[in-house]
Amino acid sequence: MIAFDHVTVTYPEARAPALADVTLEVDEGELCLVVGRTGSGKSTLLRAAGGLVPHFTGGTLAGTVTVAGRSTASHRPRELADVVGVVLQDPLAGFVADTVEEELAYGMEQLALAPAVMRKRVEETLDLLGLADLRDRALRELSGGQQQRVAIGAVLTAHPRVLVLDEPTSALDPTAAEEVLAAIRRLVHDLGLTVLMAEHRLERVIEHADSVIHLPGDGSACAGAPAEILEGASVAAPIVQLARTAGWSPPPLSVRDARRRSTGLRERLPETPPNPACGAALRERPRDRPPAPGTAPGDGEALCARGIVVRYGEVVAVAGVDLRLAAGEIVALMGRNGSGKSSLLWALQGSGRRQAGRVAVSGRDPARLSAAAARQLVGLVPQTAADLLYLPSVGAELAQADRESADAASPPARALLDRIAPGIDDSGDPRDLSEGQRLGLVLALQLRAAPGVVLLDEPTRGLDYAAKRALAAVLDELAGEGRAIVLSTHDVEFVAVASHRVIVMAQGEIVADGPTNEVVVASPAFAPQVAKILAPLPYLTVEQVRDGLAAAGTR
Amino acid sequence: MRSPAHPRRAARAPGARRVPRELHPIAWWLWAIGLIAAIDRTTNPLLLALALAVLGFVVASRRGSAPWARAFRYYVMLAGFVIVLRVVFRTVFTTGVAPGDHILFRLPEVPAPRWYAGVEIGGPVSLEGTLSALVDGLRLGTMLCCIGAANALANPKRALRVLPGALYELGAAVAVAVTLAPQLIESVQRVARARRLRGGRRRGLGAVRAIAIPVLADALERSLLLAAAMDSRGYGRGGAATAASRRLTGALMLTGLAGLCVGAYGLLDATAPPPLGAPALLTGAIACGAALGLGGRRVARTRYRPDPWRAPEWAVVLCGAACAALLFVPADAAAVDPTFDPLRFPPLPALPALGLLIAAIPALAAPPPVRARPRAPTADGAAEAPAPTEPVA
Repeated sequence: MIAFDHVTVTYPEARAPALADVTLEVDEGELCLVVGRTGSGKSTLLRAAGGLVPHFTGGTLAGTVTVAGRSTASHRPRELADVVGVVLQDPLAGFVADTVEEELAYGMEQLALAPAVMRKRVEETLDLLGLADLRDRALRELSGGQQQRVAIGAVLTAHPRVLVLDEPTSALDPTAAEEVLAAIRRLVHDLGLTVLMAEHRLERVIEHADSVIHLPGDGSACAGAPAEILEGASVAAPIVQLARTAGWSPPPLSVRDARRRSTGLRERLPETPPNPACGAALRERPRDRPPAPGTAPGDGEALCARGIVVRYGEVVAVAGVDLRLAAGEIVALMGRNGSGKSSLLWALQGSGRRQAGRVAVSGRDPARLSAAAARQLVGLVPQTAADLLYLPSVGAELAQADRESADAASPPARALLDRIAPGIDDSGDPRDLSEGQRLGLVLALQLRAAPGVVLLDEPTRGLDYAAKRALAAVLDELAGEGRAIVLSTHDVEFVAVASHRVIVMAQGEIVADGPTNEVVVASPAFAPQVAKILAPLPYLTVEQVRDGLAAAGTR
Repeated sequence: MRSPAHPRRAARAPGARRVPRELHPIAWWLWAIGLIAAIDRTTNPLLLALALAVLGFVVASRRGSAPWARAFRYYVMLAGFVIVLRVVFRTVFTTGVAPGDHILFRLPEVPAPRWYAGVEIGGPVSLEGTLSALVDGLRLGTMLCCIGAANALANPKRALRVLPGALYELGAAVAVAVTLAPQLIESVQRVARARRLRGGRRRGLGAVRAIAIPVLADALERSLLLAAAMDSRGYGRGGAATAASRRLTGALMLTGLAGLCVGAYGLLDATAPPPLGAPALLTGAIACGAALGLGGRRVARTRYRPDPWRAPEWAVVLCGAACAALLFVPADAAAVDPTFDPLRFPPLPALPALGLLIAAIPALAAPPPVRARPRAPTADGAAEAPAPTEPVA
């Protein structure tokens, strides 16, 4: 259905081709997963299949890409619209109309289908994706999962034979992601659609894939059966890592398979893990270590908030939240989209709205201070970190940060950046950095003010496994210095590795608050894969299993 | 005429006999244009008040529940403002007080410089002058309300979709701009808020730069994504126009527009020779129509759920046309266009009043509006979204 024949894609000013001599084939009716680290050419591969590379992105394409018998060299994306449906990462950015029904019809209008056909297909698609109740809703009012389903439906109405999806669930909470993946699964099984999909969080999709294309990062690609490819892939879902640790080959791909294989493993592991999932910092932080600047000395309380209320018109985003943060603690804030996580973080920093409540950091309320003083108490890395960057080069941004907080007791911004994300050139444009590097840059800018409390809004968005591991290490180190850290995220695996405490929010209220292993394991939606496989043993991460096996071996 | 509060009407379930649907937007606009033409003919305050009542009645009974349906209120406020402004100007710049006028009060006179002669500031304020300013303002305000009524009754997006095929790209651009504008505002708000996180000490040009660069980068990125999405969904397919047909389209369009200009001039200027009037206008319109038709042939597109044009649409348009026609019938000029010299209560001429009452028929002739089903408010995305915006008046 999709055939790449000796395809090489080179972007102008790039040192190496994004794809180098790739030859592969995706058969009809397959759900094919594209995996690889950030920057390994996943998006290029997907866009080449939709004809957007090179027609839309520039660069040169050598070799041929054929989709349903049409070569992308002779057909522009618009002439492929009836055979390939392309859904990009951010559904909202691709919407043309403003209500669900009109958006579903847009593609068909361009294909000049008869009105009667359009009417019928819109109704069918509404039912197929469970959107019937939303038909006359404005697209902007929908939740992330609903938007993504509308975006998929909008290309489906043209009855394409291939669906190309670029990280369809990256911005969604676990439940909404399930919703979208269930819809995709149904399309593959019921309609026999060929799906080519990239996804960072393999743990969600791996069990449904028929084949996998792995991009190791040097421009090459290898395709094959999931188990076979994933065994040696550069990215590995926790389940695959567990398989590598436990020596299962080929690796199981679903929690069910893994659980059936893990009986022996569960017997071998000690009853309790030898070390906490995350907690190196908490464990090693001696009471007598000098507190980080900005934190209250003595009692170890970094931030105390009472009765925080945030409302937008009639919508209450945060409904009276009390929160205490201890110095050196990493807190994960979870909850579905729109549950008030972002609003709470902004209110704590003092820059966002807050209709009621008190916040005290070292006895002072950041909302009552000047912006410059507030950021010395609480630093916030917003969801779209690029909003803070406005200078043409990384060096200029760092120098600006040094000027902005010349009086703060912290190392220069350059030193901070090298510690968080080494290897970023001064001359580079901040907007050309990868997602992880940009996050590191903004984090360094915020740390330059030496805040005692650091808040991160969805830092894991768009990060691959290696970048997440690096982020977890940085957070651990910052917590070791006595800072309190709060991060909002949907990524349960990251929470298991990186946080001490989990707070779950719903409808603006805190519904659960406790140590990570208690909160996360108790919830079916939030439990990480390792916990599901090894339950009832309280293991959360592959590291714990590895240490547990080592401990069992020495006994 | 039955009022909407009539017991028999209220007892019936709404839409029990007629299927609610949106009337074709062009029908509402033609109706409003007919009313504007009618109002343009008269300065009789009674007729103007009647026209306002008719507008209010039709809007109240046939508007939907969409955001733009609330726009009429803002047009009424704008009309009130126009009236007040007109009266205030007339009071301050007193011109032409006739000897027999009733003087209400005197404002202190400000001596105008010699080169500014002819305009007096301050001085006596006459009842006649104030009344005529009031009526003038009322006429302008009523016309504004006609536009407001059309805006409240017709779905603006659907009106855009009626554009001929040749103007499709224009319509698409406007539609996309309308969709993206709120996103741009949101982006500005987001970046301005984020600026505080970096201390936000910069002022003046530096602050503009700190906001403009992230916002512009964001907007550019979004436009590229949107363009890619539109292209991969088939936007701009087909479009096989030969050079010859493009040239012919261009020539026809230019001729047609020239014809329209000459025709409009001929019609409005009484001293122009007769062939310059209606014939030139007609020729121009035909040429323009042909150019649009020819240009539209190159785009192969269809419309999803096109608005039907049925009997109610005809009825609404005919009501507007009849209203305009009845006020154009040569009638008693003193009644349609009364003066306040000598001061007297204006009469209510029968035929024009009947015309305006005909314009109220659409309140019953148009199908009942579609009311949105009540739905639970969702908090989704509310964390990032700004407070719901008021409709643009």
